[in-house]
Amino acid sequence: MSRGIKFAIPGLLKGMGLTLRTMLKKAPVTMYPDVKEIPVPRARGVISLDAEACTACMLCARECPDWCIYIEGHKVEKAPSKPGGRVRTENILDRFDIDYGLCMYCGICVDVCPFDALFWSPEYEYSEMKIADLLHDQERLGEWLTTVPEPPALES
Amino acid sequence: MNAWLELGITLVVILVVVLVSALVTIYVELKAGSHMQARIGPYYAGGRWGWAQPLADGAKFLQKEDLAPAKADGPVYRLAPYVVMMSAIGMFAVIPAGPDLVGVDLDLGVYFVLAISALATLGVLMAGWSSANKYSLIGGLRAAAQLIAYEIPLILAVVAVVIQAETMSLNGIVEAQMATLFTLGGMDIALPFILTGQIVGFGIFLVAAVAELSRIPFDMPIAESELTMGYLTEYSGIRFTMFFLGEYASIVGFSAVAATLFLGGYGAPFLPESLANIAGPFVLLAKVAVLVFVIIWIRFTWPRLREDQLQSLAWRWLIPIALVNVGVVATFKVVF
Amino acid sequence: MTSRQLMHRSEAAVSIELETPGMTLNIGPQHPSTHGVLRLVAKISGERIDEIEPVIGYMHRGYEKLSEVRTYAQITALVNRIDWVSGFANEVPFILGVEKLMGVEVPERAQWIRLILTELARISSHLVFMSSFPLELGASTPLMHMLRDREHILELIEDVTGGRFHPNFNRVGGVKPVYGGGSKTKKQSMDLPAGFFKRTLKAMDLMEQSCRDIDTLVTGNEVVRARTIGIGVIPSDKALEYGLTGPNLRASGVAYDLRKVENYLPYDQIDFDVVSRTGGDSFDRYLVRVGEVRESIKIIRQAVDLIPAGPLQTKVPRVLKVPAGQVYSRAENPKGEFGYYIVSEGGKMPYRLKIRSTSFSNLSILPWILKGQLIPDLVAIMGSFDFVLGDVDR
Repeated sequence: MSRGIKFAIPGLLKGMGLTLRTMLKKAPVTMYPDVKEIPVPRARGVISLDAEACTACMLCARECPDWCIYIEGHKVEKAPSKPGGRVRTENILDRFDIDYGLCMYCGICVDVCPFDALFWSPEYEYSEMKIADLLHDQERLGEWLTTVPEPPALES
Repeated sequence: MNAWLELGITLVVILVVVLVSALVTIYVELKAGSHMQARIGPYYAGGRWGWAQPLADGAKFLQKEDLAPAKADGPVYRLAPYVVMMSAIGMFAVIPAGPDLVGVDLDLGVYFVLAISALATLGVLMAGWSSANKYSLIGGLRAAAQLIAYEIPLILAVVAVVIQAETMSLNGIVEAQMATLFTLGGMDIALPFILTGQIVGFGIFLVAAVAELSRIPFDMPIAESELTMGYLTEYSGIRFTMFFLGEYASIVGFSAVAATLFLGGYGAPFLPESLANIAGPFVLLAKVAVLVFVIIWIRFTWPRLREDQLQSLAWRWLIPIALVNVGVVATFKVVF
Repeated sequence: MTSRQLMHRSEAAVSIELETPGMTLNIGPQHPSTHGVLRLVAKISGERIDEIEPVIGYMHRGYEKLSEVRTYAQITALVNRIDWVSGFANEVPFILGVEKLMGVEVPERAQWIRLILTELARISSHLVFMSSFPLELGASTPLMHMLRDREHILELIEDVTGGRFHPNFNRVGGVKPVYGGGSKTKKQSMDLPAGFFKRTLKAMDLMEQSCRDIDTLVTGNEVVRARTIGIGVIPSDKALEYGLTGPNLRASGVAYDLRKVENYLPYDQIDFDVVSRTGGDSFDRYLVRVGEVRESIKIIRQAVDLIPAGPLQTKVPRVLKVPAGQVYSRAENPKGEFGYYIVSEGGKMPYRLKIRSTSFSNLSILPWILKGQLIPDLVAIMGSFDFVLGDVDR
């Protein structure tokens, strides 16, 4: 019981030296609202939508583990490109919402999208006072598209 | 009438000193502690360096509801924080900050300080017992056990000082440390007791004081990770603030006592007698600041001991050493 | 043991005159030292625990049931949330199991990337232990210092995978960060970002420094030694009986490490030691983890040299259908053996997924080890087990 106390001085004082040295050093702190941390390009901050590319195929909405993507679309008939051709149908996107109150940032939707319509953006400043405001609609998701960075250079 | 006015002024000054020193200590702990932990601590409150953080915390606590558990022993529960606070204030009343700058210059100042500081533990025990909470109860009983173990080495360490100074008046002890020991090259050299044979006593006093303040490494009565908050578990609002301020005022109080008993109090070498009343408080403050910083520094470096380890430290090491210390000091006093 | 018996006899002598009924102390579910929502119902006399009963389930999220209605890709995203301080290490055994069922061969480079990231996750998990364990003993500074140093590791993981805690980086047949599957982005290689190895080696130097820091702050601290040496001793036979794994088992003198036994990742090409100690007390459990951080640094340094170039993924069908069958796949997680028992009936989703989570099995020894201990020792012992409540309750 007292065997530790008998030789108490060196270890305890060494620890105190470490805390004193830390105190005299500059604290590694990013002063957040004034200085912003720059996330890495691959950071999964927020999902942005390229509505032009989206065909409302619903793959992302189906693959989402917690079903937080809401897509609505309708079909329109497209005139044949040359006379006598077949009439094709095209999916038009009406609604594309992601509920960030539910999203768990796994990125499966981005992964499965076959048309390059979804991208990760490292932006992180979109907290809201009301949880309902975390539902980003098509327009808001489209705004994030400008913040999508170039993919980083690769290790050879 | 004059006597009443004087008493009133003394009381106001002591209250202001207690509150300000407690708030400053809280601020220093927030700030120094966070830098020791590679953080920066409060930053925005008050505009610069977060100096207003303790005030803001205090204001927040005042707004909180003053809760008492339904099964609590009401009067005891409500009285406990005042007992702790009173003991902290009482300590400041007799500590001399200069030859004349002392609330009450008691002949038995040392005795009074030790007695009134021990009362804080009574408040803690009251809080623990009356809270109707098992964690509080264990915390309160731990505090009581700690008091019994630590009051003895504390008193024994002080006894050695009293023997050396031949007085129990705090002013007298300071003056004894300012008395000329020897003359070197035409200069009168006076040394504080820590350099004239009380270094062991100082160490014992500091350890015992930290234990009595229930600071890390002896904070078993609070022990967040074991007893949530120990005897403070059920307290909130103004009563919690009282405990909090009382605790930090006691840190300053004990540091002041240690500075007075061992480090020469308000006296400093080469300080002319005429300036003692003006410069005295600052000299004392500097010594107190060093001790307070050491206590904070320890808090942010060490873990806590176990209650039985603390008892064994007190009874098997500190009390025998303190007894030997008293014997040695007394022998020297008689022989030389 | 004799002093204990003597004490009990003296207590009995007192109780003849004074009836002192025991007290039931409810520790948790909201208690600072229960790492979340573990609840312990303790019958105590004084500060000594006569009997203790852990109550779990306050954080049950039903991952096993959830997995029955999720595809394999979705389960990968779920399982790294079981033990959230070592997310990547949880994915590995699951994905290895699915690959074993499907008979998929994983490219070399992907295996090495998995190895590096698993070891990074191990360091980050052990740094959390090195911060929380001294906190239980009352020292708050190691917490901040270790979390500061862990940030370097998390940055590396985020750099590669895009997530700090939940990488979701493993795919059946290889590794890949989440990035588009369309014609434009599919062709993009998602290899490690440039400069990753350099940054990793630099971070490893920092980790060595933080190992030295923790030695100064905690290992060499006499108060820590007084609090933990000889406290909560688990002899090796008891450790095996209760099914302890990982550092808790190795601290009891059983040098059993799945990395050496099963070679589920190319650990056989790396020279490293299994850290084990014989004391089996809280301090040894702490020392084993500090030693493992040092070993992980060694492993990562070698892996950075050894990693081959090559593809990251083998060709797998877009819609994963796992052939019928069952497999138990396990790996050495930072906390011990982490296993998945996957039963497939040939569909897109598993028929049943049994998760053998480490902390749950490690905690089963609590009633035995805490019996007769003091309340301050309770936190010293529980802290040394390094459990995460998400891992206990799943």
